[in-house]
Amino acid sequence: MSTRTVLSQADIARALTRIAHEVLEANKGPEGLVVLGIPTRGVVLAERLAATLSSISGVDVPVGALDVTMYRDDIRRHPTRTPQPTTLPSGGIDGATVVLVDDVLYSGRTIRSALDALGDHGRPRAVRLAVLVDRGHRELPIRADFVGKNLPTSAAERIFVRLHGVDDDELVAIEGGADS
Amino acid sequence: MTDTTYVIRGAETVDGTRTDLVLRDGRVTETGTGLSAAGATVVDADGLLVLPGLVDLHTHLREPGGEGSETVLTGSRAAAAGGFTAVHAMANSSPVADTAGVVEQVQALGERAGYVEVRPVGAVSQGLQGTHLSEIGAMARSRAAVRVFSDDGSCVADPLLMRRALEYVKGFGGVLAQHAQEPRLTVGAQMHEGALSTELGLAGWPAVAEEAIIARDVLLADHVGARLHVCHVSTAGSVEVLRWARSRGVDVTAEVTPHHLLLTEDLVASYDSRYKVNPPLRRQEDVDALRAALADGTIDVVATDHAPHTSEAKCCEWDAAANGMVGLESALPVVQATMVDTGLLDWADVARVLSTTPARIGRVVGQGQPVAEGGPAELTLYDRTVTRTFSTDDLAGRSTNSPYLGRVLPGRVVATFHEGRATVLDGAVVDADEVAAAARGASR
Amino acid sequence: MRHLLSTADLSRAEAIRVLDVAEDMADTATREVRKLPTLRGRTVVNLFYEDSTRTRISFEAAAKRLSADVINFAAKGSSVSKGESLKDTAQTLEAMGADGIVLRHPASGAPRVLADSGWVDAAVVNAGDGTHEHPTQALLDAFTMRRRVHGSGSRGRDLDGLRVLVVGDVLHSRVARSNAWLLRTLGATVTVVAPPTLLPVDVSRLGVAVRYDLDEAIADVRPDVVMMLRIQQERMHEAAFPNPREYARVWGLGAERFRSLPERTLVMHPGPMNRGLEIGDLAADSSRSTVREQVANGVSVRMAVLYLVLAGDREDRS
Repeated sequence: MSTRTVLSQADIARALTRIAHEVLEANKGPEGLVVLGIPTRGVVLAERLAATLSSISGVDVPVGALDVTMYRDDIRRHPTRTPQPTTLPSGGIDGATVVLVDDVLYSGRTIRSALDALGDHGRPRAVRLAVLVDRGHRELPIRADFVGKNLPTSAAERIFVRLHGVDDDELVAIEGGADS
Repeated sequence: MTDTTYVIRGAETVDGTRTDLVLRDGRVTETGTGLSAAGATVVDADGLLVLPGLVDLHTHLREPGGEGSETVLTGSRAAAAGGFTAVHAMANSSPVADTAGVVEQVQALGERAGYVEVRPVGAVSQGLQGTHLSEIGAMARSRAAVRVFSDDGSCVADPLLMRRALEYVKGFGGVLAQHAQEPRLTVGAQMHEGALSTELGLAGWPAVAEEAIIARDVLLADHVGARLHVCHVSTAGSVEVLRWARSRGVDVTAEVTPHHLLLTEDLVASYDSRYKVNPPLRRQEDVDALRAALADGTIDVVATDHAPHTSEAKCCEWDAAANGMVGLESALPVVQATMVDTGLLDWADVARVLSTTPARIGRVVGQGQPVAEGGPAELTLYDRTVTRTFSTDDLAGRSTNSPYLGRVLPGRVVATFHEGRATVLDGAVVDADEVAAAARGASR
Repeated sequence: MRHLLSTADLSRAEAIRVLDVAEDMADTATREVRKLPTLRGRTVVNLFYEDSTRTRISFEAAAKRLSADVINFAAKGSSVSKGESLKDTAQTLEAMGADGIVLRHPASGAPRVLADSGWVDAAVVNAGDGTHEHPTQALLDAFTMRRRVHGSGSRGRDLDGLRVLVVGDVLHSRVARSNAWLLRTLGATVTVVAPPTLLPVDVSRLGVAVRYDLDEAIADVRPDVVMMLRIQQERMHEAAFPNPREYARVWGLGAERFRSLPERTLVMHPGPMNRGLEIGDLAADSSRSTVREQVANGVSVRMAVLYLVLAGDREDRS
């Protein structure tokens, strides 16, 4: 089985910086932004994104984690998963522009669950989606507003994301192909 | 209709000799080798042990009143399947066997069925209530000629009643068989009291509740000079009390069940009510003490306490389940596994504890006699070399509450003869109509 | 986790997992929408053969917070009191679509019998069986202790080194048994204190130390937690103790004894309390009493249990 790296550590850093600038441009500044990462690696990315947004704009952008385990639509198809903590910033999300952050966007079902979870916590003014990798094959009408890299893949391929803070190294790789 | 004559070829007796036997008109008419008889049915007993027909001092036939779980007929078939030719039917039927009428009825049902000699046990107290003596004299003098009296199921707890009962039964040549269980110490008891009962949250049945009654009863029996028999001894402490009583010369005999020789309380952890029995399964040290006691004669006999129950009575939560296990069909295999295969008893001892001595205690004439020329044709042929996984196919009664289902046990009863009639042949219980007809045709 | 029948069956990792999931469940109580859609479309039946409004309501609240449908089956006044068997009742409920059966039964082992019987496919949660176990009570007690001791840093932690006294009718208490096993699994040490008449003859399989004198036990053990068990007056008729006054004097947590406790000792009680008998007002109403939060934590813990036995696919539930 072949594995090839598509994003190096430097590529990931550049992508996050670019996304941060795009977020600030689209939002016309840092006002009202709340960055929420979807565990596990989305949280790492969210913290970095929020730190970058804060340093570029000079304003502290709140960051938190939004666990979606309880809202998944495929609960009965998998072994029981242990939820991760949900920690919202002290200001809450009512009226905020929430930027959801995840590592890979695929079927879109995780993001749909995240929207449901968000709805039970409050009423944001708007929700945006930032992902490191979009690999296509959407099953729901969900799209990302900010994308690190578009990676068209076949369903037989697997995407690996490794980030410091969770893993020992940092990269995005694709494994497999027709014979995997 | 004349009885069938049987020639049994090549059976091995308990002292190791190989012999043929001719059974005719209810007796063993000839023993030797190379025997034959005109018109006889030949039974090939090569490799099989021949034992005197087993005698059970403790069986529950449930009829009258409890026919859902067993009748005298079905219980007799179960007994025959286990190699028994006589059983004592305990008195806790409904109505209770506390009058001549009920005991005569039970005996008649047994005679009509024809598989085994059914010896009804008479209740000690009216209705098993433990307050007034039942009509012991009437039962002793009835056609049933009752000699064993027991309130089994309940304990004769009142010390004064126990004393009077011992004395009164003595006058009729009988023996009182006590179910030793102090009721005040065992209210709501579910299993042996100990570390496991604490863990499982089941109310405990402390060993002392059995031992204290036995201690009292042997002293009473000694004082009034009466015979006492102790049912289903289950604890090491009880064994010690019996040894002490023997050493004082008290006329006491005791029985142990096959399940108390094999099973321990660990099985209760599953809350599977197949293992719920009274007295309860106890610890390994109790099992070891009981085996040693049976081997050294402190315990005289093995008695099954065959206790059939319907599936509704057993298939539920532990507290609600009835106490008891069926045991007639599995008795010999369990005794073989626990006592013979472990070297504690030989087959002559097995004949003693399962046939000769029970017949003596119950004063049963014509049972428990050695298999010999001129003796009664009450015997069983047993294959001790096979092993099998015990299943409901091996049960011949109406109920299936056996703790041995799925367990590998040695041995198999191949044939049983009662009054010279085959009740089991080729390992299968003979058809009921055939046995009943043969019983009717036999001259008595 | 296929069923929850006893705490004796839980490994340390499994126990901590339940407590950690309960932390998440507790957090939902602070949100705007105090509900999760996780068990939507699942049906939970409370099959209660013993009266217990408190526990039943707690399980009902837990199931509803997970969006499950709840059916309450009180055995009194139903076909059960006329003798419908556990088997028939359970199969009737399953035919009506029960995915989970929360069973409280007076016979020890009844949940085990139900789970092993093959009569139903549903998950079985033991809500108290006879004098055997009450696993969710022990779990909520452990959750409460953990939160009081470690606060917001509770996730992933056990109760290592915690010293617990359990005082009262241990002989008849399923709460005592479940707590004994769970606390030991989580690293705590347990000492039971009671008159000998209310202690089992042999506690060797519970892994607890035994004392008869409560004042001595408090002085020697210096407990972090004192758990008072409810005394039933019927025990007096069984000659377990002469009268309530003597019991309260010797084994009750009255004012003076409460003041003798180390400063940070928690006072716990599974409820309902007999004020003036096993516990006095001063202890029950002090800031160290966890009685009310035990109730709140009960819902969170039961949510965690229901989630773990009912979410997930079939193969997981083996």
